Amino acid sequence: MKVFVITEHFNSKFKKSTFEALSKARRFADLIQSSVTAIVIRSKIENFLQEVGKYGAHKVVFAEVSDSAQYDSNIYTTIIAEIIQKEKQAIIVASATTQGREICARLCARIDASIAMNCLNIRESDQGNLVCKKEMCGGKIISEIELTGNFKIIGLRPGAAEITVANTDLQIEKRAFKVGKPRLKLISKNVNKAEIDLASADYIVSGGAGMGRDDFSLLTKLASLLNGAVGASRSAVDRGWRPFSDQVGQTGKTVSPDLYIACGISGAVQHLAGMIGSKVIVAINKDPDAPIFRVADYGIVGDLFEIVPEIIRDIEKKISV
Amino acid sequence: METVVLVKQVPSTELDKIPIDQDMKFKTDDMIMNPYCEMALEEALRIRETHRGSITVISVGNQNAEDAVRTGLAMGADHGILIITDRPDQLWIAKILARELKQIPFDLILAGDRSIDQDSSIVGPALADLLDIPSITQVVGIKIFDSSIQCIRSVDRGTDRVEASLPVLCTATRGLNEPRCLSLKGIMKSKKMKIKKREVFYSQDIPKSKIVSLKYRPERKSGRIIEGDSAAEKAEELIRALTIEAKVIKI
Repeated sequence: MKVFVITEHFNSKFKKSTFEALSKARRFADLIQSSVTAIVIRSKIENFLQEVGKYGAHKVVFAEVSDSAQYDSNIYTTIIAEIIQKEKQAIIVASATTQGREICARLCARIDASIAMNCLNIRESDQGNLVCKKEMCGGKIISEIELTGNFKIIGLRPGAAEITVANTDLQIEKRAFKVGKPRLKLISKNVNKAEIDLASADYIVSGGAGMGRDDFSLLTKLASLLNGAVGASRSAVDRGWRPFSDQVGQTGKTVSPDLYIACGISGAVQHLAGMIGSKVIVAINKDPDAPIFRVADYGIVGDLFEIVPEIIRDIEKKISV
Repeated sequence: METVVLVKQVPSTELDKIPIDQDMKFKTDDMIMNPYCEMALEEALRIRETHRGSITVISVGNQNAEDAVRTGLAMGADHGILIITDRPDQLWIAKILARELKQIPFDLILAGDRSIDQDSSIVGPALADLLDIPSITQVVGIKIFDSSIQCIRSVDRGTDRVEASLPVLCTATRGLNEPRCLSLKGIMKSKKMKIKKREVFYSQDIPKSKIVSLKYRPERKSGRIIEGDSAAEKAEELIRALTIEAKVIKI
C-alpha cells in the first residue's frame, strides 16, 4: 500500500509541518515496506521541490495549477483524488494545518476514505490495521482510532512528528490536470509579522489576566530569545489585549511545545485543555494557590514583572559568555 | 436567506474527568452545545436580522443530540431537525446530513470549526464536498451580498479575505462573534416548538474510523516550586533547571 503525502507551501517554501508529515510518512512506509509519493500543487515547478526527497519522498507528483486556483480546496481535492484513485489502496498523510484539515475532510468524502485528524502517532495493530493516536477533549483524553477500508487519511498534528532526513533520490513526475474554474476567490491576504507559528512553536511564552494590560513586550522579548511564539489565555484575549489567534485553550489553539511558560495565568480547566500536552510547563504567578501550579513542572511564586526580566537577563548573560 | 446550522452536544468544558462507559462513549449528563456551534448559530441569527429568511438547526447523534437542537431553538432558530443514528463516524454523519440537506433549500450552511470533544474538523468540509459547494473554514468575519459571500478566514499565518457565490458552507471559529446567552423567553418558546425527528441506521458499507481506545491522560507529576531570596535568584535557578535538569533549553 503506497503512502502519499499532501504537501503545503508558503512564499515559495515548504512548511515545516510538511517536513514533519514527510518524515513520519517515510518512517511508517519503511515499516510496512512501502514507498512515499509527495503531491505538490503549484503554479510553476521550482528548485525547492527537491526538498521533499531530503525528508523521505521517493517520488513527487507535481500538479501545475494557476495561482488563482491555489486557494480553492475543491480543486486541490479533485487533483489529489485523481492521483490517489489510480491506486487500489493508499495511505494519505497530511499535516492538520488549516488548509490540511479542510483538504483531508473533503478528500475523505470524495474518495470514501476512513480518516483520523490531529494525530500524534500512527502504528500497525497486531491484525495489520492502521491505528492512530490522538487527543480528545482538549487533551484530557488520549484515544486510538482504527482506520479501515482501501483509503486511509491521517492528519498529523503540526509539531507532533519529529523531522528526520532520509536524502532519497527523488523521481519527479509532472502532470497536467483538468480542473474547473476556482469557486473561491482570494481578495486579500494579511500575513502575521510573527515569524513562528504558535501551533507549531517549540517554545511558547503565554500571558493571562496577570499581565494587567495589553503590553506583552516583555513576553515577546523572552519568546524571541527562545526562538518561540507568544500565546495568551482566554482572559487576556477577552480583554482585547491579544488577538483571538493567540488564544491557547479549549476554544483556542491546542499546543504541545517543548516548553510552555505561563505568566500570570491562573490555569482554568479550559486553558489547561490547550497546553497540558506540553513537555515542560513553567508557571509564574503571584497567587501560590493558582491551579496552574498543579500541572507545572517548575513554579515560581512572584510578580511576573520582576521575574521575567531576570529570566531574560540570565539568558542574555549566558548567551554572551 | 435560508441558513442551516449544524449543532452538536459535547461534554461540558468544566469537567475535569469525563466519565467513559464500556462502549467507549462519553457518559455524562453535564453536556453543553459545542462552543464553536454556538458561534455558528449566533452568526446565523445576526445574518437573519439583516437578510431575513429562516434558520434551521440540525444535529446528528444519539438521544442527547435533542438537547443541542432544543438549545438552538431557544437561541432563536426557526426549525429543528434531529437525526438519530447508531454510528458516530464523521463521514457517515456527513453522508446523513448531505441526504437531508438535498431535501431542504439553503443558501448558507454554518458549522463549528471543530467539536471540542473529537477535535477533528471533518464533518463540515466533508458535507460541503458531498453537496459540491465551496467550504470556507475558520471564519472570523462574514459579509453577505446578493448572491455571494465574503469571509475573513483565519489561516496559519494571518488572515485571508475570500469570496464565493452562494450556497457555501462556512465553519465558525473564535473571533467571529460572542454568542448570546439563553433568555428565559427563548427557553419557554423552544419547549413548545416541534422538532422533526428521524432515525437512520447504519446500512451502507463505508470505511470505518472507529475509536478502539479511550484513556485519561496520565496525571502530570506535580513539580516543584523554585525558592530563592530574590527574583534574580529564582530566575537563575529556573534557567539552571531548564538547561541541566529538564534539558529543554540549550544556551
